[in-house]
This record gives sequence, C-alpha cells and structure tokens, in this order.
Amino acid sequence: MLGPVIAGLYGTVLPAFGHLPAAGLTGPTLDPFRSLFDWGGLGAAVRLSVTTGVLATGLSLLIVSFIVAGWSGTRSFRVLERLLSPLLSVPHAAAAFGLAFLIVPSGWLARMTSPWLTGWDRPPDVLIVQDPLGLAMVAGLVVKEVPFLLLMMIAAMGQAQPRRSLLVAQALGYGRVTGWLKTVFPRVYAQIRLPVYVVIGYSMSVVDVAVILGPSTPPTLSVQIVKWMSDPDLAMRLTGAAAALLQFALVVGVLVAWWLGERVVAALGRRWIASGRRGQTDTPGRVLGLWFGALSALSILLGLASLLVWSFAARWTFPNVLPDGFTLRSWDRHGPSAIATMGETFVIAGAAVGLALVLVLGCLEAEHRGGRQFGQRGLLLLYLPLLVPQTAFLPGLQTMLLSIGADMGQMPVVFAHLVFVLPYVFLSLGDPWRSWDARNATVAQALGASPWRVFWAVRLPMLTRPVLTALAVGVAVSVGQYLATLLIGGGRVSTLTTEAVALSSGGDRRAIGVYGLLQTLAALVPFTVALIVPTILWRNRRGLHD
Amino acid sequence: MTNGLTLRNVCILRAGSPLIEVDHVIAPGEVLTVMGPSGVGKSTLLAFITGTLAPAFKGMGTVELDGQDITHVPPHRRQIGILFQDDLLFPHMSVGANLAFGMPAGGSRAERRATIEAALDDVELAGYADRDPATLSGGQKARVALVRMLLSKPRALLLDEAFSRLDAELRAQVRDLVFRTARDRALPVLMVTHDAEDAAAAGGTLITLESLTKT
Repeated sequence: MLGPVIAGLYGTVLPAFGHLPAAGLTGPTLDPFRSLFDWGGLGAAVRLSVTTGVLATGLSLLIVSFIVAGWSGTRSFRVLERLLSPLLSVPHAAAAFGLAFLIVPSGWLARMTSPWLTGWDRPPDVLIVQDPLGLAMVAGLVVKEVPFLLLMMIAAMGQAQPRRSLLVAQALGYGRVTGWLKTVFPRVYAQIRLPVYVVIGYSMSVVDVAVILGPSTPPTLSVQIVKWMSDPDLAMRLTGAAAALLQFALVVGVLVAWWLGERVVAALGRRWIASGRRGQTDTPGRVLGLWFGALSALSILLGLASLLVWSFAARWTFPNVLPDGFTLRSWDRHGPSAIATMGETFVIAGAAVGLALVLVLGCLEAEHRGGRQFGQRGLLLLYLPLLVPQTAFLPGLQTMLLSIGADMGQMPVVFAHLVFVLPYVFLSLGDPWRSWDARNATVAQALGASPWRVFWAVRLPMLTRPVLTALAVGVAVSVGQYLATLLIGGGRVSTLTTEAVALSSGGDRRAIGVYGLLQTLAALVPFTVALIVPTILWRNRRGLHD
Repeated sequence: MTNGLTLRNVCILRAGSPLIEVDHVIAPGEVLTVMGPSGVGKSTLLAFITGTLAPAFKGMGTVELDGQDITHVPPHRRQIGILFQDDLLFPHMSVGANLAFGMPAGGSRAERRATIEAALDDVELAGYADRDPATLSGGQKARVALVRMLLSKPRALLLDEAFSRLDAELRAQVRDLVFRTARDRALPVLMVTHDAEDAAAAGGTLITLESLTKT
C-alpha cells in the first residue's frame, strides 16, 4: 500500500513546482508557492488546520483516558463501551450533520430549551456551526474520535494486565484515577501511539467534516486544497499541489511537536510518579470522564435521531420540538436516487473490501505458514496511508491517473478506497487471526489435511465472526470515504457520502436527513449482518459462541 | 528395513545451541516415554516429528517411519497422529464431521457413515455422530479425539501431555484405552509427559531430558 501513497506524493510534488505537462506547463518554478503565499486566507487556514487537529486529538485522548482510568471494569464502563462501539462505524459526515442539526440556532438543543429557558421565539442570529474558530468542527471530530480511541485503548489494555497494576496501586493507597494514570497509562499509551498519530493526521486534514461544520471564510487548508484541485482552471491545480505539500509539512511538523510533547509529559509524569502524591482529584476526574463520554455518545445518537426526524418532517415551526406533521414527501423526492447511489456505494465498497480481504488473508496465512510475524516496522508501514494526510497524496494520485488516462469509472475509486480499507481490515482481523490456536492446524495436518484444506475447512470457519466483523469495518471505512471518491472519481462517481456532503451547502435539511440516514445504514447494516450470520450459521455449535 | 518410528541422531537447536538430542527406535506397539522439566523442549521434539517446527528452531537428524525417511515430507503426508492435552475437536463440525474430516477420502457416503458409527460404538459413544462437540463431557471429547485420530489411519502416535487435563479416574481409563488400542494396532507411540504415573502405565522405555542449554 506504499505504492499509491508514494505515487500520490510524487504526483503532488511535480505540479507544486509548476510541472504539469497535461496542462502544457513545465517547471521547475516557484510560482505555485508564490500564488499560494499570495492568498490572503493562508494564515488563518493554516492556523485552523493546526488548532482544530491538535485540539480535537488532545480532547479525545483526555476524555478517553479519564473514562478508562475512572471506570474500566465497572458496569457503567461496559454500558458505555457497548454504546460507543457501533458508533465507531457511523460515517464522519453523518455524525457531523447530526451534530449540526443539534446545535444550530434552530436545532434540537435550542428548540428543547425555547422559549421557556432562553426566551427565544425565533432562532437567534448567532453563528454556532461554521464558527470562525472551528469549535463546532472540533466537537464534531471529538464525538467521532472518542469511540475510536476508546476501542483502541481497550484493545491495548488486554496486553497490559491493568487489573493487577491497579490493585497494587490501590493497595498502596492510590485512588483509582491516579493509580491508573501512574501505572497503566504509560504502557497503554505506548500501544496506542500510532492510532493517536492517525487521529492527528486525520483531524488536521479532514475535508467532509470541515465542509459541514468548519468555517468557510477562510476554510481549513484541506478544504481550500480541494477547491483548488477541482477548479476548472488548471493553473489553480498547481497552487493546490503546493498547498498539499504545505499540508503535508504541517502534519509532519505537528506530529514532531506532539512527539516532543510526549517526552515533556513523560518527564513531568515521572516526576509526578516519584513524588508519591496519592492524588485527591479522583472524583471530579471520574465524573467528567463519564459525562464527556456519555455526551459524545449521546450527541451522535441524538444527531442521528434528528436526521431521521428531519427526513420525515413536513412543516416544522420554531420552537416546536417535533415537526408540525410527518410526511413521506422527502423520501418520495430523494429516496429513489439515494437508493441508486447506495447501490453504487455498495458496489465500490464490496469490490474494495473483497480485494482487501483477499490480500489480508493471504498475508496472514503466509505469516502463519512462514512462522514469522511482521513487527513494529510492518505495523508502521500498515499505518502509513492513514498517517499521511489524504489531502497531500490523493490530489497527486488524481493528477497521475489523469496523465496516464486511467481516470475513468469506478475502478480507480475502488483502488483508492482499498488504500484506506486495507489497513483497517488488517488491524481488525490480525489479532483474532493470530490468536487462533495453531495446534488446531497441527492436528488437522496430522489427520492428513493439506495446508489449504486446513485454511478453508478449519481456520476460516472457526474465525467466521472476526472475518465478518473485519468485512463490516472495511465496508464502513469505504462508505465513509469522501475525498478519495471525490478526487479520484473526478466527480463522475458518486456515493452516499459525496452526495450528502454536496448537499450541505444547499442547506436542505430534509434531503440531508435522507442521505445522512442511508449513509449511516450503509455502514451499520454490515455490522448487524456480522453479528447475526454467525449466530444463525453456528446455532448448534456452542463452542463458537464464547 | 526397520519397522516402527526411528529417531536417528535427532538434535534440535535453538539460536544455534542444542536444545534436545534423541536417538531411539520405537518398535510397533511399543511406547517411548519422554519426561523432563517444562521448557526443556519436549513439545518441540514432537513438532519436529510432525513437521511443524517453528522457524526459531532448527532440527537435525532424520525421522523414519517403517523404514521410510519422512524428515522432509510435508506434515499432512506423514501419517503421524497426535493428541494434545486439549481435545481440539473442531468446534464448527459435528462429532461425525470431525471423524469424517480425518478419514482418508473414498467409499460411499453410507460406507463412511457406517465406519463412523462403528468407531463411535467401539468407544461406547454410539449415536453421538450428530452431536455438537461442545456438549460432550471431558472424557467423551477425549475419546472422540482418539477415534478421530485412529480413523485417519496413522502409522505412529504422538501424545503431548494428552491425559493431563483429565481427572484421576478418567485419566486412567482414557490412558488404558489409548495404550491398548496402540498395542492392538501395533502403533509405535511417543509420549511426552511430566507425570510419573503416565510413564509407569506406559511400561516402555523412559528417557528423561535434561536441559542442554546452561541458563
């Protein structure tokens, strides 16, 4: 998967220095950078990208740490975990729309508190969504990254044996949160460092969430890059490529700064641990953690509910909490084309995920037969497409595809999706696949089964559930892809995500409701299937249900 | 030609230093017991014989079965049966399907089914073919695992702590069944155990492995 990333970066570097033979331009020249630095909004756009990315990552990590520190192993924690895991698959765009519907001046929050609390009988004229500081965008990112980091942290904790450490710490007189932060967090953080970096890279360069919730004058750097890249004037592409390089440098810079920050925090943390202070701040930490965790889960759930309500709403006067009437009109009007788009979404997702699964299974099986795992370096390689900002290499990939004339139809989009689907399928399937008891293979071989028979007749059926879950993860990732579909599809391939985001500027909430809802369903249904199919398939096989 | 299982100058190395050395002939119907502290590499020896040695190890010497050198034969063509301490019945197959999995291909459906029924009957599990293995008791699972292995027509039998998960009474029963069957079918048996009672019940030669690597 390095190929497309490197090709993409290469395809970004050339036009950034004025070399775009397809447009009859040959470099090298610094003009693209000159026109980039001439753009008045550059400072604000750069500042926005950095602040929203860092703020969203920091807040998510903080919330997740306090939830896990204060509550892991308790019943509330399991409830929260159950609540948050399915939310992981809700596409970013749908979550962002839902959040927007909640917090806009005419949204549910205002309606629920008006007029008895606020005194408003018409929506107040304040800018909440698309605020110039990008706070709404940060909120939109946090609600989606909290489930991601939480699940990553839970997975990492399995290996760290947190219960014992916490017991020892508590026996030594430490409170729950302090004890956890001092004994478990350092080990767990080392495990989730790469996912955290992924969140940073993603948050700094996200496009769909920024279009929906972020400011527009100027927008974040990524959004501006996409604008340039889709400008009919080919010269603007050069500026876009230069900006993409800047974006790449920004992410690298922030990652380095974050890495340095880790050292500082570690040094301070060591001093804190050595101080032996038992910490009195346990209760507020626990309460805040749980509140924010519940808040992020609730805002996605309520947001999705408001998408649902809007899609069936007839007239809806302010400040009524529910519409004045319900109607199927929006579904009649947008349903058929949305369903057709859903079909195309699934075709692309199916192809990308199918390819990914074949590659991942091949890789894991080769690893099993060769008897060696790939280590930390392999993991980094796997994460690379997720770390490199999409806005830095996708425009380059698009330019490259254009120049070799391979820019038509769904196939290039499928391959672009594969770049992002593959790592997630691998991460999802790798652990269960490797923890399968290899003595099963020894026994099967001793019974005369060839390696392929072991694979098809023993290993794959025994791992039905994780394989289906990995498929569902892959579909959710593919369904949620915005930039890859938009740029590589050249505007001729549309999925539910690109359609929904395209609607955001029009502000037709009923249409957004229809598309956002279908988008969520497209991501969630595979997870339901992954839960139900093994249950039915193995209904008489108790050994497969623990 | 030597019948039985021959381990000729077998030496297993880990990171270049020798871990175990065995040179022994197990005649048909005989049991060789290998004892030794855990971590000495007993299971590694079995992995070498089944052909599933992890790449971290290097095996030297030859394994011969009924006079044929099988050191480089792929695991699934060796015809060496193995029982672990866990039954390792495939959880997604019925008891009968587990047995059919191990049987050499051939014969009509009815014939195969009849063979399975008869084999289950031999270990007092008649009528269990359609059961879910997860619903069986520990002793029943152990017997199914044994039958599955025997139906695959092995020419030698390896036991990797095969009885250590069973409680005392069951253990003696299953152990007697395994040894009796092996004797009846003239199978050479290599048993790895840390239990002196197992060794006594086997009655054959006993070798005790010692750690060759100084730690």
